[in-house]
Amino acid sequence: MAELLFWPVLLAYGEAAVAYFGETRVPGLPGRLATWGVRLGWLAQTALLVSQAARADGFPWSTWAGSLNLFVWLVVTAYLIWGCRARFRLLGLAVAPLAAVLFVVARIGGGTGLGARSHYSNVFLVLHVGLVLAAFAGFTLAAALAALYLFQERRLKRHDITILRVQAPPLRTLDGLAGRTIAVSLPALTLGILVGLVRLEEKGGRLDALMGVTLATWVSYGAYLALRYRYGWQGRRTAYLALAAFALVVIVRLALPATHFA
Amino acid sequence: MKLSLVGISHRHAPVEVRERVALDPKAAAALAAELADRRGECVCLSTCNRTELYTAGDGVDERALEAIRNIGGDEVVALSYRLADHAAALHLFRVAAGLDSLVPGEGEILGQVRAAYEAGAPGPLLNRLFRDALHAGKKARAQTTISESPASVSSAGAALAQQVFGELEGRRVVIVGAGKVGELAARSLASRGAELVAVANRSEERGGDLARRYGAQPVPLERLADELASADIAIACTSAPGFLIRAGEVRERRGRPLFLIDLAVPRDIDPAVNEIDGCYLYDIDDLEAVVEASLAGRRREAERAEAIVADLAERFRSWQASLDVVPTIASLRARAEAIRSAELSKAKLSDKERATVESITAQIMNKLLHLPTVRMKEAAAAADAVLYADAVRHLFGLEDER
Repeated sequence: MAELLFWPVLLAYGEAAVAYFGETRVPGLPGRLATWGVRLGWLAQTALLVSQAARADGFPWSTWAGSLNLFVWLVVTAYLIWGCRARFRLLGLAVAPLAAVLFVVARIGGGTGLGARSHYSNVFLVLHVGLVLAAFAGFTLAAALAALYLFQERRLKRHDITILRVQAPPLRTLDGLAGRTIAVSLPALTLGILVGLVRLEEKGGRLDALMGVTLATWVSYGAYLALRYRYGWQGRRTAYLALAAFALVVIVRLALPATHFA
Repeated sequence: MKLSLVGISHRHAPVEVRERVALDPKAAAALAAELADRRGECVCLSTCNRTELYTAGDGVDERALEAIRNIGGDEVVALSYRLADHAAALHLFRVAAGLDSLVPGEGEILGQVRAAYEAGAPGPLLNRLFRDALHAGKKARAQTTISESPASVSSAGAALAQQVFGELEGRRVVIVGAGKVGELAARSLASRGAELVAVANRSEERGGDLARRYGAQPVPLERLADELASADIAIACTSAPGFLIRAGEVRERRGRPLFLIDLAVPRDIDPAVNEIDGCYLYDIDDLEAVVEASLAGRRREAERAEAIVADLAERFRSWQASLDVVPTIASLRARAEAIRSAELSKAKLSDKERATVESITAQIMNKLLHLPTVRMKEAAAAADAVLYADAVRHLFGLEDER
């Protein structure tokens, strides 16, 4: 029965995605409908995750698809911190469609079902998967903020006459938030990687491709923070850098799961 | 009680006519008090776009028209308008919402309506009317975006700067040129918290004047590049024939934003500056296009605001109409009570029995009159409310109690 929660979640995120698009055409009501869509979808997905946790034998999101389900929830949770404010509604245009699509992918991979089993220890998975996914959720949000920054900057450069009608957050706010989100997410990724490396040392094994790309991701975001806070980079260049580093997150999340979860 | 309005506004009268009846706040308050004259009610709203007298009470509207004739002459009266009851209320609600303003949704009028109300001589009718009008003005602005977009080039410049920086508190502004237009833009930025730090001008004297007024430093044009290096916002508005700010003079900013407003014709700032990372340049045409789009947005929002205002005006109409039947209801209840008391006084009863019968007959009377009272109040909102009230008066013989 709890599996049926998939549909309200998808419906709510889908509605939010469409309504956020409508917000760019006619600001006002569509934006409010979109915000409620995200809120209701998040509540329904929380209920689904709680059901999965209650019925699982061990950590319920140890599969690739299961972790994708948790990842979507973390991304939406991070978005809800700012996304409900009227000026940040356009950020939902990046987050809501992504959440809807990834949630469907998680469903196709069996990540939204009940009664999952895991042969890993709960403590290891909570620390490793939880921290890495939380960091990736933060990076996803930072990428959305960077994309919104570039969109807004382009409108300002091109003297778009609708710029005051369809309002996005100010450039400085977007830039600062993206930087702070990455600054908070990178320590989580560092800890997640360390937990994984400790286990690798204990149980034996070799670095796989996913671990290599994850380390490259860590280096990229480390470079981002160094350039930003040590050398004073900001604006367009840091936005491009955040998006480039996020491409590695996408590769880790989507392109290489088979090597790590096999 | 009848509500009346006599007024003159920018819709029907040119400024040379309006200025004859433009009253300062003290004079407007004195006129309202004089016209109300103890038993009437009057509020005088006088702004640069309108002078309007809202009145209630016998003969006050005629006295108001006469006052306008005395102040402005026959030509003013010829161009004035007179509205009554619902039309007058709807007009005030539209005025308070900024829907009758030159720029739809402008915010100043709401404060002017409040000031006029507070300085006027309102009674029960005008108190309710103005409170509802202020509510309508706030609601129209809260539920639509009619007042959010800028309506002038200087406010558009400030709103665009906020798109870059968010709050302008503490942002450093440099002005190139000491003309009126540039000062207006600087004032708009300063009103949002920005800090004017330097005025670069060819004439040291004029630049110095402007700099002193805003607590800024006057600097020669040769030092402009140095000032721009630490500035967040630059406004240029000189009459120089060529560019004063070229792309090569803007130093490396590592993405730190610089918002430039070029209000000069011919332009003072090389358009190539807009290509520099972190630099956003708007010239006069760009700003006017933004203002035009913003005004078009206001006009669209005005349609939604009209619906909100019409709904509230309708509620006021219902309330005002219910006033017409209140005397009839009071008479009906008084007549019933008189009959009840008279009949009760004829009965020979002990104190205990009298108390019981008092209670029972009062309850019967209240129950009998409850439905007619409710129905009369409901009917009051209809067009034939007066006929309805007259029928009740006739049926129950209340004519003499008018």
